[in-house]
Amino acid sequence: MPAVQETVEQVRSIDVDQYKYGFITDIEVDKAPKGLNEDIVRFISARKGDPEWMTEWRLDAFRRWLTMQEPTWARVEYPPIDFQDLYYYAAPKKKAGPQSLDEVDPAILETYKKLGIPLREQEILAGVQTSKVAVDAVFDSVSVVTTFKEELKKAGVIFCSISEAIREHPDLVRQYLGSVVPVTDNFYATLNSAVFTDGSFVYVPPGVRCPMELSTYFRINEKNTGQFERTLIIADKGSYVSYLEGCTAPQRDENQLHAAVVELIALDDAEIKYSTVQNWYPGDSEGKGGVYNFVTKRGDCRGKNAKISWTQVETGSAITWKYPSCILRGDGSRGEFYSIAVSNGYQQVDSGTKMIHLGKNTTSRIISKGISAGFSQNTYRGLVSAHRKASGARNFTNCDSLLIGDKCGAHTVPYIESKNASAIFEHEATTSKISEDQLFYCQQRGLSEEEATALIVNGFVKDVLQQLPMEFAVEAQKLISISLEGSVG
Amino acid sequence: MLEIRNLHVQIEDKKILNGLSLTVNDGEVAAIMGPNGSGKSTLSYVIAGKEDYEVLDGEILLDGQNLLEMEPDARAAAGVFLAFQYPLEIPGVATMTFLKAALNAQRKARGEGELSTPEFMKKVRAGAERLHIPQDMLKRALNVGFSGGEKKRMEILQMALLEPRFCILDETDSGLDIDALKIAADGVNALRDPKRSFLVITHYQRLLNYIVPDTVHVMANGRVVKSGGKELALELEANGYADYRSQAA
Repeated sequence: MPAVQETVEQVRSIDVDQYKYGFITDIEVDKAPKGLNEDIVRFISARKGDPEWMTEWRLDAFRRWLTMQEPTWARVEYPPIDFQDLYYYAAPKKKAGPQSLDEVDPAILETYKKLGIPLREQEILAGVQTSKVAVDAVFDSVSVVTTFKEELKKAGVIFCSISEAIREHPDLVRQYLGSVVPVTDNFYATLNSAVFTDGSFVYVPPGVRCPMELSTYFRINEKNTGQFERTLIIADKGSYVSYLEGCTAPQRDENQLHAAVVELIALDDAEIKYSTVQNWYPGDSEGKGGVYNFVTKRGDCRGKNAKISWTQVETGSAITWKYPSCILRGDGSRGEFYSIAVSNGYQQVDSGTKMIHLGKNTTSRIISKGISAGFSQNTYRGLVSAHRKASGARNFTNCDSLLIGDKCGAHTVPYIESKNASAIFEHEATTSKISEDQLFYCQQRGLSEEEATALIVNGFVKDVLQQLPMEFAVEAQKLISISLEGSVG
Repeated sequence: MLEIRNLHVQIEDKKILNGLSLTVNDGEVAAIMGPNGSGKSTLSYVIAGKEDYEVLDGEILLDGQNLLEMEPDARAAAGVFLAFQYPLEIPGVATMTFLKAALNAQRKARGEGELSTPEFMKKVRAGAERLHIPQDMLKRALNVGFSGGEKKRMEILQMALLEPRFCILDETDSGLDIDALKIAADGVNALRDPKRSFLVITHYQRLLNYIVPDTVHVMANGRVVKSGGKELALELEANGYADYRSQAA
């Protein structure tokens, strides 16, 4: 398999600094003062050019947030976060939307270059449209450049920043925003509703198959700036869209808070495929620093025979608290969750999914692969439930954990609830360890200890990697190997 | 040439090898026989470099290189191959993928270029055919769900592919029926070469009817207590190990 070779090459080519995306771009920033109150919410709303209704929506969320408590049920530990000690808004100073790359701050372009984006950008500029991936690049909080807009426009697909959507497509936004993740859903989702600064918006009209994979690159750049992304994707009847989200963040000492909300809505016969490769700074080898990632991702199969599929590869963040879920409301709808969660060092992962069967003959599938190394703790937490009317509901769950070393932990917490006698739920779970004997066997055949570990891990996650779009799968495999470096021996 | 001199090895404070010495010349097939617990498998693991075994004294030289100073993968690249008594399963990794990764890792360690995919495929297919290994087995995860016989044949296939200088067969005959034994033995015999030597570890003389050794060494209590030609194996088959047990004690 060439991909394995690729991994091996990659592992070799990594320089001393394990986290190669750890750099900070020096750009002038226009930021709100530290802390959070109604004035800051109004400030953000004004900066985003929100209409009145949006400002009210945010303020309402903020007031509710003041009455809420941080959730503590996840198996993660961290010092209390002082929410008044964070900045909630930072934007690159150039505010007028650039019309082309020439108008973009060269320092930002340089950052993209380090992230590997410019190749495509250059292709686009040169008119070589071989890889048709539209990049709505999120740099800190403001979308700097959006490409391929024209082609998408031809298909009738709307792909823009959420701020732009609020201004240009208020009806769609008002209809769907907060309809999957209500404003009061949870502490972090409510906070996000008050202060979200940017994110993506996608609308695919009835019967349209989105002509390309949609992709966003997230970066957290400004020191001490919490990043609050808001993504809303709507697939209208009979449409299809595949959305890729990839993340990297600069290395730094302070913990960075990230609380995104992603809402997906699939109407009758529509399909949404949402893939994530998450590589935020996990903290140093002693567990210092790293991103706190408290994310609410939920999809609603609102129409009959709708399908929503989540695929995620999580290698980064000091703390991950994330449960991409599916509400299977429409009869015959289907939800899928494919996940690889890798933890090393002192990372803590509490992640999983919820499959909520409401409609008849709804099906769901969960494949979760957790890999723990170092001193990390990796928890799968999942809920599969069938409501009274969900006759014929079916779920298959497979949770595998792989341990590397003897200082890490893997935990599986499945919740299964069925209120309908005809529902059939299956749950399989295994925990295994890369054995000394397996490593020795591979080494005896000539593989180094690191190559052997990469090979065994790749075998373990194969089922999930296959779900990712090709170019993402290669990147993901690369990330997994990088994040497990030095975990053996 | 492999030379083992005065090897003392212990595992978790239990002494297993007690001053074992053995020389295997180029092109020689040496059989090691001995009762259970005499240290045969330990010897094979120590040559291949498995952790947990503490070498207290002695040396192992392959063509003058001190193997004891090398990592297991470096020993493999230098030409040491161990056909395991119980081959390990690697779930999710296609056999073909594993074979290619191993071969290229060794080639790289030796400063040779990678084999092209068509060349590699050709080599694997030819080897598999000789060992009656069906093509679809090469697509399955390595050793996962393979029968005992299939696992052993897969070991021989790897051996053929990696072209080692020094091959150790650790009870390759265990768990094989007579037909499977013949196939495996044919595979090994096809690899006999003036530049390649073999250490064949077995309890029973039966295997040596098919892989005919040049020398036979009897191990007891962690050292070689008698060496001779192939007729020694027949003698053992007739008389058992009782004499050697008492002699070594």
